[in-house]
Amino acid sequence: MADRLLVGTRKGLFIIERGTTGWDITRAALLGDPVTMVLVDRSGQLHAAVEHGHYGVKLMRSRDDGEIWEERPVPRYPPAPAGEADSDPVRQTPVPWDLQRIWSLECGAPERPGELWCGTLPGGLFHSTDGGDSWQLVESLWRHPDRKRWAGGGADYPGIHSILVDPRNADILRIGVSCGGVWASFDGGASWECYGEGMRAAFLPSDQAYDPQIQDPHRVVQCAAAPDRLWIQHHNGIFRSTDGGRHWQEIETAQPSCFGFAVAVHPGNPDIAWFVPGVRDDARYAVAGQVVVSRTRNGGRSFEVLRTGLPQRHAYDLVYRHGLDVDGSGEQLAFGSTTGNLWISEDQGAGWEQISGFLPPVYCVRFM
Amino acid sequence: MVRQGKGRLGQDSVPPAYQSLTTITRMAHLSFTPNLARLTPCPDADLPAATIAQLFERYFSEWPGVRSYVLDDQGAVRKHIRVLVDGLNLRDRRQLSDALAAQSKVFVFQALSGG
Repeated sequence: MADRLLVGTRKGLFIIERGTTGWDITRAALLGDPVTMVLVDRSGQLHAAVEHGHYGVKLMRSRDDGEIWEERPVPRYPPAPAGEADSDPVRQTPVPWDLQRIWSLECGAPERPGELWCGTLPGGLFHSTDGGDSWQLVESLWRHPDRKRWAGGGADYPGIHSILVDPRNADILRIGVSCGGVWASFDGGASWECYGEGMRAAFLPSDQAYDPQIQDPHRVVQCAAAPDRLWIQHHNGIFRSTDGGRHWQEIETAQPSCFGFAVAVHPGNPDIAWFVPGVRDDARYAVAGQVVVSRTRNGGRSFEVLRTGLPQRHAYDLVYRHGLDVDGSGEQLAFGSTTGNLWISEDQGAGWEQISGFLPPVYCVRFM
Repeated sequence: MVRQGKGRLGQDSVPPAYQSLTTITRMAHLSFTPNLARLTPCPDADLPAATIAQLFERYFSEWPGVRSYVLDDQGAVRKHIRVLVDGLNLRDRRQLSDALAAQSKVFVFQALSGG
C-alpha cells in the first residue's frame, strides 16, 4: 500500500505520509501558489502545475521528494493563424491559443520512462518524450475540426481533465473533455475519434442531449486490470462502459445523488468504484450537510453510502474532479474538499480518518 | 481627460529617417515588481530600445525565464500584468509598439486581481 500522498491546493502543495503514529502532513511546498495538478513520474520526480493568477501557468519539478523545486518548460501553444475563427460555441468568446491551466498530467508507457501527457485549458493535449524538458502540441487533436465544438463548462474555456493511457498498449489513449466528451486514439495520438454513444446531457434539449461531442464528463477513469471498463462521473449522472468507451450506460440509482465531480475505480476490480456525491449541479455541496462516499461493488447495480468517520452535521464540502484517488492496492483512498478537509481510508472506504481540517481548498490528491 | 506624462513619444513621433539615429540614443530603464523576484530572477536593467517590443526582447535574451511571466503564448502582455511607460499604461499590449523616450522608465507589475 502507498505510504505517501500528494495534495495540491489553492495555496500550495502538501505531502502527507504514514508514520508510526498514522498519517500526517510532513511537508508544505510552493506555499501561496495554486497547484492544479501533481504527478510522480516513473523516475520518481515530482511534477507540480502551478497557476499563478498574474504570471501564468508554470511547471515545477523536484528531484528530492519536494524539498527543492525548479521551474521546467511549460507546454506552449503555437502562433494563432491570423483570421482563423476560433470561438467558444456557447459563449461566442475567442478561445485563446494560450496555456490557461494544466488540468491533467499522466505518465506514458512504462517502457518509455520519459513519456508524459499533459491536458490543458483551453483544450490542447501535449506530449513529452523527455520527462517534461520539452512539450509538443498534439496537432491532430487541436486542429481537428470538431475541437471547435468543445465549450467551456465551469471554466471559461474547454479543457482536458482525464488522460487514460491503456496499460495493454500505450499508443491507445482516451481523454475526457469538459465539455467535449470522450475521445480515443489508437495510434499514439496521430488520429482521434469521439466516443460516447449513450452519454446523455440532461441539461440540453432532448434533440441534442445524446450528442457525444457536447457531453460534460467531469472525470473519466479506467480500471488498470480491465482497461475496457471505464467509469464517468458526468455533469448529470454516472455512466459506465464495458467496451473501452464506445458505448455508455447511465446509472441512475446511486444515493444520495448522482451528481458530483470525482470518481475512482479499483485498479484490480472494475466492478468497484467510488463517488463523492453532491447536491445537483446548481447547488454543489454535500447532500443534507452530510459528507458521504458512495461505492458500488457490483458494477453499478447497487450502491452503498459510506459515512463512518465523515462529518454528518452541517458539512458542506465539495470534492473536485481530481480530489479523490485510490492507491495501487485498491485498499486505500483519499479525498480532499473545497473546505480544506482531507480524509483517508485504509479499508476501501468503510471507515475514514480526517487528516486535516485546515488545508486550503483542495484541487487534487494523488498517492505516490 | 488630458493624459499627462513626461517624454513619452507616440508611435509616429519620430520621422522614419531619424529613427535609427534616435534608437541608439534611447536608453530605457526596466524594472519589475519585487513580487516577481520571488518566482524568477528579474533584476533592473538599462537597455537601448526604441519600443517596448525591443526593450523586452533585449531583456528576455538576457533573462529568458522572465518572458513567460510577462507575455502569453502569443507574445501579448498577460491579462493580469500591468506595464507602465513613464507612468502611463502601455497602450499596445499585443504588438508592444509603444515608443520609448530617451530615458523612459518602464515598470512591470501585477494588476490587482485574485484572492
